[in-house]
Amino acid sequence: MEHEKVINSAPVIQVKNMYKRFGSFIANNDLTFDVYKGEIFGFLGANGAGKTTAMRILCGLSSPSSGEIQVAGFDIYKQVGQIKKNIGYMSQKFSLYEDLTVYENMRLFGGIYGLTNKEIKERSANLLQMLGFENARNTLIKDIPLGWRQKLAFSVALIHKPKIVFLDEPTGGVDPMTRRQFWEMIHETAAGGTTIFVTTHYMDEAEYCDRVSIMVDGEIRVMGPPAELIQRFGVENMNEVFIKLARAKSTEL
Amino acid sequence: MAAIDIQNIVKTYGEKKALNGVSLSIEKGELFGLIGPDGAGKTSLMRILVTLLLADSGTAAMSGHDVVTDYKTIRNITGYMPGRFSLYQDLTVEENLNFFATIFGTTIKENYSLIRDIYVQLEPFKDRRAGKLSGGMKQKLALCCALIHRPEILILDEPTTGVDAVSRREFWELLKSYKNEGITTFVSTPYMDEAGLCERIALIQDGHIMDTDSPDEIIRRFPLPLYTVKASPMTEVLHALRSFGQAPQVWIFGQEIHFVASEHDISEDKIRQYLTDKNLKVDKVEIITPGIEDCFLWNMRKS
Repeated sequence: MEHEKVINSAPVIQVKNMYKRFGSFIANNDLTFDVYKGEIFGFLGANGAGKTTAMRILCGLSSPSSGEIQVAGFDIYKQVGQIKKNIGYMSQKFSLYEDLTVYENMRLFGGIYGLTNKEIKERSANLLQMLGFENARNTLIKDIPLGWRQKLAFSVALIHKPKIVFLDEPTGGVDPMTRRQFWEMIHETAAGGTTIFVTTHYMDEAEYCDRVSIMVDGEIRVMGPPAELIQRFGVENMNEVFIKLARAKSTEL
Repeated sequence: MAAIDIQNIVKTYGEKKALNGVSLSIEKGELFGLIGPDGAGKTSLMRILVTLLLADSGTAAMSGHDVVTDYKTIRNITGYMPGRFSLYQDLTVEENLNFFATIFGTTIKENYSLIRDIYVQLEPFKDRRAGKLSGGMKQKLALCCALIHRPEILILDEPTTGVDAVSRREFWELLKSYKNEGITTFVSTPYMDEAGLCERIALIQDGHIMDTDSPDEIIRRFPLPLYTVKASPMTEVLHALRSFGQAPQVWIFGQEIHFVASEHDISEDKIRQYLTDKNLKVDKVEIITPGIEDCFLWNMRKS
């Protein structure tokens, strides 16, 4: 989705003056941003910049110290249960249960999200067909090639038709061909109106996003479409943008 | 004599072939990159070279020493940095370094010139426990420990994985400097953009070496014109390009699409016209020089 379309659609994540403190340490320092319906939003920052803290808050796993936050139209303080039902999550590190089959994983996650047996059957048949994985329905995850697992994990994160999917470094280390198939799936999903929120410190993943924000020391330093940031900093790619912003921090621990 | 000589190495784990007849020859003093994704066989190959794993068949030699019969010699002339952080987390920076120096029968002082550039960065934290260092600093300490006995060959398994972009760049600067010391460096990475920092590279996928040469030469071998296309909506543009001409290659690259036509009569104008006729909004069609990732994708297409 291009930038024009992004800003014309409705925000599904609204964050206003969000703070998170751990004692005297400020992990999130006055974050304000909106993410729109159908947008692929990249949430970037070095290790320790505060992006995991912020993502945990947006997923309803942790409370902010202060700030006004709405996710999928629900209030972060009062409607955490609703938020959890309306979001999906996938990470490269953990995706699916290896000792369960493809279908058992779908049944498990469908059940957790409160889908009926009928819904689970329909939805998983549908997802398997979209992936062209019908023959792998009863295969154990551990017998499925690494690249396929990623695509499958993404589909499982969509089983309850969430409004927003959170992806945590989804394609680090994945082969280039699978990585592209994966990003194509993400684009198709976003084109269908689902918002994609990607946290990563792989700058080449950032280039696939419609818009990115870059966090340094708990603050959002810049935000915008990758092409615009690359131009603004007068550099070749997102990696260079990131290095320019983070340079001052490079030698510290 | 090659610094590292690998002949037809095969390694299987049960049914799975991790290495399927790998041969490589790396010269003394070379900075050589093994480029490939997770599961390609990079770690297996490196573990065989550092005598921690036996191959099913094939031979390998380090500075002329066979990895099976001369393993003791190899362990003395090799510095190895495994993919997983393997220093003692409960020892301080300095204690770790002293420990590794001692087991190799040397001292920090003796080879200080080799590690000076890294050590000055670590020194302010020399009393900190290794487990409490940041990712980038852990990797620098691990490199220090692998270098402390002035090895002839340095084997580095994904030293920059999980490290942020700034630390990655600094790490590569260090690697380049060891060439002047005559040290051969064999380094693996899943980051395609790091390939250009090596003198020669091998592209590995599913236990096969798909190509080996200098990055420039691998790029020069790309057989067809490569176009980058920026048009929207993305999903429709992808579908449209896939049915343009005979068996084209269409790869999404960030916000752009790379397109390789199998016919030679395709031009920027023809692509532009084709997409415009389908009511797609075209921002850019340009012929570009391929990157290593394009070359990797092109090679994967064949398998």
